[in-house]
Amino acid sequence: MITSAIIPRPLAKLPWRLIFIVSGIALFGLIVLYSAAGGSVRPWAMKQAVVFLGFLSIAVAMSWMKESTIKAIAFPLYGITLVMLVGVEGLGFVSKGARRWLDLGPIRLQPSEFMKPAIVLTLARFYELVPAAEIRKWRAIWPALALLGVPAVLILVQPDLGTCIMVLLCGVTVMFLAGLPWWVFAAPAAAVGVAAPIVYSMMHGYQKKRIDVFLDPEGDPLGAGYHIAQSKIAIGSGGIWGKGFLHGSQSHLQYLPEGHTDFVFATMAEEWGLVGGVILICAFAAVIRWGMRVSQSARTRFGQLAAAGLSATIFFYVSINLLMVMGLAPVVGVPLPLVSFGGSAVMTVMLCLGLLMALERQQRTVSRLI
Amino acid sequence: MKHVRITTAHQSITFSRRMMLLGGAQAAVGGLLVGRMGWLAIAQNQKYQLLSESNRVQLIPVPPRRGWIIDRNGKPIAINKASFRVDLIPQQIVDGPKVIAELQQLMNLPPDEVERITRELAASRGFQPVSVGDNVPYEQYAAITVRLPDLPGVAASRGFTRFYPGGSTVGQLVGYVGAASAAEYEKENKNPLLLIPGVKIGKEGLEKALESTLRGEPGGQRVEVTARGKLVKELDPKPDRSGGTVQLTIDADLHQYAARRIGDQSCSVVVIDVTNGDILAMPSMPSFDPNNFSDGISQNEWKMLSDDDHLPLVDKALESLYPSGSTIKPSMALALLNAGVDRKQIVNCTGAFQLGNHTFHCDKRHGPVDMDAAVVHSCDVYFYSMCLRVGAEKLSPMVRSMGFGEKFDLPFDNQRYGTIPDPEWMMRKYHRKWQGYDTVNMSIGQGMVLINPLQLAVMASRLATGKRVIPRLLKSTPVAPQTQLAVDQDHLDFIRKAMWGVVDHGTAAAAKLPLDGIQMAGKTGTAQTHNLSASERGDYTSAVWKLRDHSLFMGFVPFDNPRYACATIVEHGGFGAAVAAPLVRDTITFLYDRQKALAALQAFEESIGGTLEERLARKTASWRSANGVPPLTSTTA
Repeated sequence: MITSAIIPRPLAKLPWRLIFIVSGIALFGLIVLYSAAGGSVRPWAMKQAVVFLGFLSIAVAMSWMKESTIKAIAFPLYGITLVMLVGVEGLGFVSKGARRWLDLGPIRLQPSEFMKPAIVLTLARFYELVPAAEIRKWRAIWPALALLGVPAVLILVQPDLGTCIMVLLCGVTVMFLAGLPWWVFAAPAAAVGVAAPIVYSMMHGYQKKRIDVFLDPEGDPLGAGYHIAQSKIAIGSGGIWGKGFLHGSQSHLQYLPEGHTDFVFATMAEEWGLVGGVILICAFAAVIRWGMRVSQSARTRFGQLAAAGLSATIFFYVSINLLMVMGLAPVVGVPLPLVSFGGSAVMTVMLCLGLLMALERQQRTVSRLI
Repeated sequence: MKHVRITTAHQSITFSRRMMLLGGAQAAVGGLLVGRMGWLAIAQNQKYQLLSESNRVQLIPVPPRRGWIIDRNGKPIAINKASFRVDLIPQQIVDGPKVIAELQQLMNLPPDEVERITRELAASRGFQPVSVGDNVPYEQYAAITVRLPDLPGVAASRGFTRFYPGGSTVGQLVGYVGAASAAEYEKENKNPLLLIPGVKIGKEGLEKALESTLRGEPGGQRVEVTARGKLVKELDPKPDRSGGTVQLTIDADLHQYAARRIGDQSCSVVVIDVTNGDILAMPSMPSFDPNNFSDGISQNEWKMLSDDDHLPLVDKALESLYPSGSTIKPSMALALLNAGVDRKQIVNCTGAFQLGNHTFHCDKRHGPVDMDAAVVHSCDVYFYSMCLRVGAEKLSPMVRSMGFGEKFDLPFDNQRYGTIPDPEWMMRKYHRKWQGYDTVNMSIGQGMVLINPLQLAVMASRLATGKRVIPRLLKSTPVAPQTQLAVDQDHLDFIRKAMWGVVDHGTAAAAKLPLDGIQMAGKTGTAQTHNLSASERGDYTSAVWKLRDHSLFMGFVPFDNPRYACATIVEHGGFGAAVAAPLVRDTITFLYDRQKALAALQAFEESIGGTLEERLARKTASWRSANGVPPLTSTTA
């Protein structure tokens, strides 16, 4: 515990442990990006550092938000994001074959990123309003399904399968914790099993191919299976201790595609080995656990559901990316937050953390530094 | 479903329970990730390290030098010459016709070559380089190297060319080398070595049969490259291992002498050392020049070779089959003696022999002949009547044991072994009973009897030694033990004496060796290629070349202590004694007295219009003018 005599009270009240861990992850990410660029802060590490510090400040600033404020903005935030998603369809900026970005003069926004925390807050707010007695009724289910389904479909048609899956999973997690009956989850799961082949046939060529490759990665090692094959080679060849900082051949010789974005974990694992990987996974686990603790000790239903949903968002980010990089899930284009180069994921995760910090601040009266 | 009123307390319990579930699921996923990573990084570490290394390090193969082929005395038959070469890499070519036109100007390419390059370029499969020139003079090489940036797709490099000092005289023996075809590349599991410009593999003959020994192990420059093929740094090279040298039993000088002495005939000569079966010479002429083949040959050159009725693309020593004619008679005589025929018994030759309603002829009226006279003067009627008396069953085994129809294990793909018929074979093959006329035909080596020149030389060796001489061509093959043949020494002495008589005062008297104290024993043969009318018989020169008889001779020297056996079959050469026997005489002379033999060769070559090279140049020129192809102006190779 840092004495409040030395450090001003507002600073001392920040959840320092979380900030240390998150900064540690980001710093490790910067080191990996430095190596991925062949030992240079350009073009990635420097930019990423600025982006991270910027969003960290925003998150810290957000921690002073009151729960009532968060509650109040939940529905408007959802509404605005939904409007932007529709706008993307009409005015969106096409990049890499997908219409995801909205060009607002100096900044380019990816509204689907906002949808992840927005759907969590909205559903948390919705279930707070539903009386306990009504929770097993149809009227507690269909609005949630609509709130979740509309943005999911809009994101899917961009097309952005990765974000769509994430939004669905975040929403379903909140619905699950809200106490909806089991059949609500069991029935769709069965339906997905039946519908999967039909959806598959309606998918875009590249999405189809990714699933084909996931099911049989060795079938096309030089074509579409190349990502997974090279990523597994990078991780596997790293061994326990790794090849050493700046000594990863897979990334430096450009065999590993997207080695600074989606497959940054493979770049890291090649140089830092199993040890680096386990440390990183543990660090993320600590962050998620912290969020889940916030949820457990929340005093309001909104606080409980929102905190759990936001933690789940971070969890899905990390786990989908790692499952994909290790060849356990199809390549769906989900980056590793705080480590992968790119602002969107950092933004989303820092928004989630900012909200979590705000919720956590409500739960205590004294600073909890350690 | 029971309706329970759910309260806030219920809700709180549900939330806690589901949080536990969610936390458990998250922990499980975390465990799965760590486990998976451990599996990849520990259990499969070796596999992935190997894959990562094979990504990182690329091997630029350095072709090994092809092994030499040398003769029994270490004289080179096939060697490598340092050379400059120019190739076209089809994948990198932007404007093919323009590049070819520029190369034509820079390298002074004859139209034939341009046509070949264009054709090969059209047929190539992208990866396969097309050779422009194998043996480019330094000035041209330098001129092209300077212009390389303006000639995309052109590769100039230093390398080695296969060189055959013997030229066309060894063509049929060694075969030739060439760049691997698409099919050969596939067959070797896409061996990257075969794609390197200038890498030649054996295509025919010994070059092909001995490929595994001659090729060697490619080395390589190990380099670190990026996924896009950019070179990062060079690592320590892996040395190559040159191909092994193969020593033949051939005597290169003798082989070349025999080939030249063949002249313009379509013919093959085989010389065997009877003490161990070593094949000392086995030329087949005319032949192709393997030096021209290694660079890829033009269509005109190919057409000229394949149109030639003297079959330069066939190894006549092993692939061509001929009736043995009278050369079979010494073996027949041995079979007769074995069957109990009295060698003094007289048969009266009237020049014709009646069997049923068919008359078999002899080439002249020999009068009363015993066995000795029948061999020495090659009387057919004697063998007709004696062989009929004994029967085919007792003849064929003896002839076969002398080497006819026998398969020899030599490093060639396309050997043909011929036939020595017998009643059982006749039934199996033609489903008919053996007839008297079959015996009559076989008795003088006609009818179904087919042999190759090597078998004829083996027969001479076995008659000379009485042992089962087995030919060998590679010095590394152990000498086959020579078992005794099932013949009486007394019979053998008699036959050898008769064969001595053939050369001394018989049909081959013209083939007496011009050497003191060394005498040859032999037997002539004249094999009919079609049924001559009575008026044509004995007229060996005026008939159309294709219809003339084959001329054969086999013999051994010295007749009293045999050391060398020699046989030749001259296609459509006419009477055996006139063409084949002198050829063997000069070849054998070369073994004992080179001066005399070379003098004889010079006189012979003058009589037929110059050396092999001069005659070949003339022949090419006349073929080209007859076929409307412009004459060869200059050759770059």
